[in-house]
Amino acid sequence: MPNYRINKTEYIDETKRVSFKYDGKTYFGYEGDTLASALLANGIHLVGRSFKYHRPRGIVSCGAEEPNAICQIGSKKDLTEPNVRATELELYEGLEASSQNCWPNVKFDIGGINNFISPLIPAGFYYKTFMWPKSFWKKVYEPLIRLSAGLGKSPTEPDPDIYDHKYVHYDVLVIGGGVSGIIAAKMAAKNNLKTLLVDDKKILGGSTIYQNNESIKIDDKLSSEWLKNEIQEIKKLSNLTIKTRTSIAAYHGYNFLLAKENLTDHLPEEKKKNKIRQRLWKIRAKKVVIATGSIERPLVFNNNDRPGILLSNSINKYLDYYGVTCGENIILFTNNDSAYETSISLHKKGIKNIIVDLRKSASSELIKQAESLGIKIYFNHVVTNTFGYRKINSLEIMKLSEDGNTTVGNKIRLSCDCLGMSGGWTPMVHMHTQSGGKLDFRDEDQVFLPKENSEDQISVGSCNGDFDLENIIDKTVNKINKFLDIDNQDYQDTNIICSKENDKRNIWLLPNKIPLGKTKCFIDFQNDSTAKDIKLALKEGFRSIEHVKRYTTTGMATDQGKLSNMHALGIIADTAGVKMGTLGTTTFRPPFTPLTFGTLVGRNVGKFFEVVRKTSMHEWHVENNAEFENVGQWKRPWYYPKNGENMHDAVQRESKAARDSAGILDASTLGKIDIQGTDASEFLNRVYTNAWSKLAIGKCRYGLMLNEDGMVYDDGVTTRISENHYLMTTTTGGAANVLSKLEDYLQTEWPELDVYLTSVTDHYSTASICGPNSKKILNKLFPNLDLSDENFPHMSFKEDKLKNINCRIMRISFTGELSYEINIESKYGHSLWKMCIEAGKEFNLTPYGTETMHLLRAEKGFIIVGQDTDGTMTPSDLQMDWIVSKKKYDFIGKRSLYRSDTIREDRKQLVGLLTDDPKEILEEGAQIVSDVKSKPIDMLGHVTSSYFSPNLNKSIALAVVRSGKTMKGQKLIIPMENKNINVTVSDTIFLDKENKRLNA
Amino acid sequence: MFLINCPFCGERDQSEFSSGGEAHIVRPKQPTELSDDEWAEYLFMRKNIKGIQFERWNHAHGCRKWFNAVRDTSNDKILSVYKMGEKPPLNYK
Repeated sequence: MPNYRINKTEYIDETKRVSFKYDGKTYFGYEGDTLASALLANGIHLVGRSFKYHRPRGIVSCGAEEPNAICQIGSKKDLTEPNVRATELELYEGLEASSQNCWPNVKFDIGGINNFISPLIPAGFYYKTFMWPKSFWKKVYEPLIRLSAGLGKSPTEPDPDIYDHKYVHYDVLVIGGGVSGIIAAKMAAKNNLKTLLVDDKKILGGSTIYQNNESIKIDDKLSSEWLKNEIQEIKKLSNLTIKTRTSIAAYHGYNFLLAKENLTDHLPEEKKKNKIRQRLWKIRAKKVVIATGSIERPLVFNNNDRPGILLSNSINKYLDYYGVTCGENIILFTNNDSAYETSISLHKKGIKNIIVDLRKSASSELIKQAESLGIKIYFNHVVTNTFGYRKINSLEIMKLSEDGNTTVGNKIRLSCDCLGMSGGWTPMVHMHTQSGGKLDFRDEDQVFLPKENSEDQISVGSCNGDFDLENIIDKTVNKINKFLDIDNQDYQDTNIICSKENDKRNIWLLPNKIPLGKTKCFIDFQNDSTAKDIKLALKEGFRSIEHVKRYTTTGMATDQGKLSNMHALGIIADTAGVKMGTLGTTTFRPPFTPLTFGTLVGRNVGKFFEVVRKTSMHEWHVENNAEFENVGQWKRPWYYPKNGENMHDAVQRESKAARDSAGILDASTLGKIDIQGTDASEFLNRVYTNAWSKLAIGKCRYGLMLNEDGMVYDDGVTTRISENHYLMTTTTGGAANVLSKLEDYLQTEWPELDVYLTSVTDHYSTASICGPNSKKILNKLFPNLDLSDENFPHMSFKEDKLKNINCRIMRISFTGELSYEINIESKYGHSLWKMCIEAGKEFNLTPYGTETMHLLRAEKGFIIVGQDTDGTMTPSDLQMDWIVSKKKYDFIGKRSLYRSDTIREDRKQLVGLLTDDPKEILEEGAQIVSDVKSKPIDMLGHVTSSYFSPNLNKSIALAVVRSGKTMKGQKLIIPMENKNINVTVSDTIFLDKENKRLNA
Repeated sequence: MFLINCPFCGERDQSEFSSGGEAHIVRPKQPTELSDDEWAEYLFMRKNIKGIQFERWNHAHGCRKWFNAVRDTSNDKILSVYKMGEKPPLNYK
């Protein structure tokens, strides 16, 4: 096996060998390696197939920008992870990784055929091709496209890992632990500011940490040595927290940032167990220093995507940090000085290399150094083509014309096993723009830079466009002193020597004699979009960068175009003949690198997913086999199946029992608002549609609450407990909103009213007993209470004691039966319930759930707000005009009740429906029509509630129907998938219209 | 996520608050006297400004108090907060 590990470095521990599997084969690396560096050490460049053309692709970079080396980690159904960048994944014993997007394997991939038919699949191919015939879309095209879409495989079972969230507050947050970030953090922390420094790598130091060029020195030391010393210094600072393996995912307003910390991804399986895998830090910082650095740009030329073609600086890092050479015969293709550092470093380790430079000539310390070492440099030359299928083996270069628009002279063929490219550097302005900052364009080296720094956010170092070390350090120190309003002198006498770049030449799309249509000049490696695609989009009329991006999918892959966006912009600008600065950029959206769902969700999984509210009777319901229904956050008994009953049978039994003898419902979840104050009556007058001033103490009244637009908002019974004291009940789901709405009116519109609102929903438990025998049960529970209709009539309230505990008893009914609601302090709720059950035994007192409650009230035509209403129903639409006071001058929503739209006769109105076949139960939500033959079919309304009534022995339904009020007796049709159901419009009250049962 | 300075409790995270839309829209004292158009103006019409906007906030998961805030909607900076019933600061237009 070849060994490309040629250099000893302090970052690779060669005493600790690590074995790992890649595509099923076992390899070895060392502690300190990433998966990418270990693969390169084993001579493996080919790591995947491209998305569209299935071209062989190799490792391109050494960081977060990696477009090609994305792999599937692990193979377990619950623990596998797709699209992990091999360049960021630290190697650990037992790591299993595989390449993606290839079948049967990465070396021989059937999809490679796409490469040869590529002229047939240009930009917008899918939009253009799969349009006709229309009927093919659902059955043929979509399944086929879905089969080939996507990268990697998702886990199919729940994630067993533990994730965590943490909130932290700092005076200063420094993003990025390179040379400028370290200086900024040190200055801040030494000035007594609580500081957090985060960096996504395992160790601090950025690209300076492996810098070893003699022409770049600080205080007479190699810059890397100087920086190591600085890192030792800052580690001693007590108010500086350093978080490595932590990357900022998002920068929101008010300096609120999200960071992901990797805690166990670098550990072998057995050491990961029972530990938190990733932590999401939610950071509030008074000030933020962005020092995120820059990433190297590729160059756009024909066949620039072969394995073995990397970014020049990445070759340098693999060599000087990981000790791995990417080849033995390397060509560096550049338009700037930084590739010369790579060249010199390679040369020193005995790796043969030559340089192809776009520039006509260049002079700087670095270039002189390279020339003096005898490194061959081709100035004013351009790479026009590369060769080699699974890995580059040679390339062609040509001379550039004076204007750089074309090539001249003869091709020169050079052999190589690796090509490094450097198209200059792109400052990482993601954080700046995510925070709302704007960008400026600098023509000189074609970079976007932060336009202005705000008082609480600043960019320093190369993310601010400062590239040489002297510039970086001087500017960082000055800016941080000003930004933090401090006077730090630590770097006053720091002596920096570095090479200064004097010459620049940028060409976004390099010239070629071959027509563009026949070249493969890749811009976005991961989404396989080429210069040709961009030009095609422009030709077809796309102008906005946002449109070109979406049409060609440039920059839309998992790497979010970190390497490609600038070239796309450059080519658009050149082609359209506009200045790049005027073109703008696409939006930099969070997250910077992909986040796992686990990190986002944290601990809020399983039973912690949402808050659950239970009544104090809950345990009894569980013990008695209740099925539960979620109503908002509440768990409410839905029905109580007995002896294997299904829901229908249980509900029929419960409903029958409630009407024949007695039923009991846990009504604790209804919202309860305690209203007190001398203006309480006036307040109720204003918020309900009916009049409240004359409600006697000890009496109850049903009220309907509207929105200001006249639509029904909530309903419930309110009891007058004393002169200035009411207890309001609301729907279960509406409780919080009603309270907040009432508070709003009290605080903002009617602050003069003396009224105080308190939510007491959780303070009282409620057992509601109904049915002809309910009075007898009440009598057993409260033997001293006079239950006669004279003393305790319908819609009234009494207080009594149950074993010395105060109870509030309301005689009110939601079922149409004689009915009592007993309220008791919640801690006694469970006992109350059990005593009711015990007292009711001889009367077959049957517990019933929400489904039976809905059925019983539907028999009586009582509405449920939110089921029979949907925010577009007025009281009149509900045939409830009787509850709207004509006398009251004003109440919430009154004026809206006679707007031109609300008085329309043909609004949808609540009606009853009876099916012609009494056994046929309608589906809630089903559409209602009068004529199935007309086209388009005229929809009249829909079914809102539907049940089979055991008490009437027929199907009943409530519905909203256009002009429904005038349609009683009319025949309508409910068209279903395989039949039409005939119905007749009826009254909304199906049972006991005379209310005789209330006083039974 | 905003940091909002509740006039009663001090600086708190936005997640504790709910927004109540445009401020200083007074409910008409005599709605019945209004034409449909005048009532619709009160009921439906809101400004939705890019720039300085006066708006209502409720410290829903805190003191439950409503208050007003002046916010620049172009950069989300909250420039001032003041209690209900207080006059809006004069230096913003």
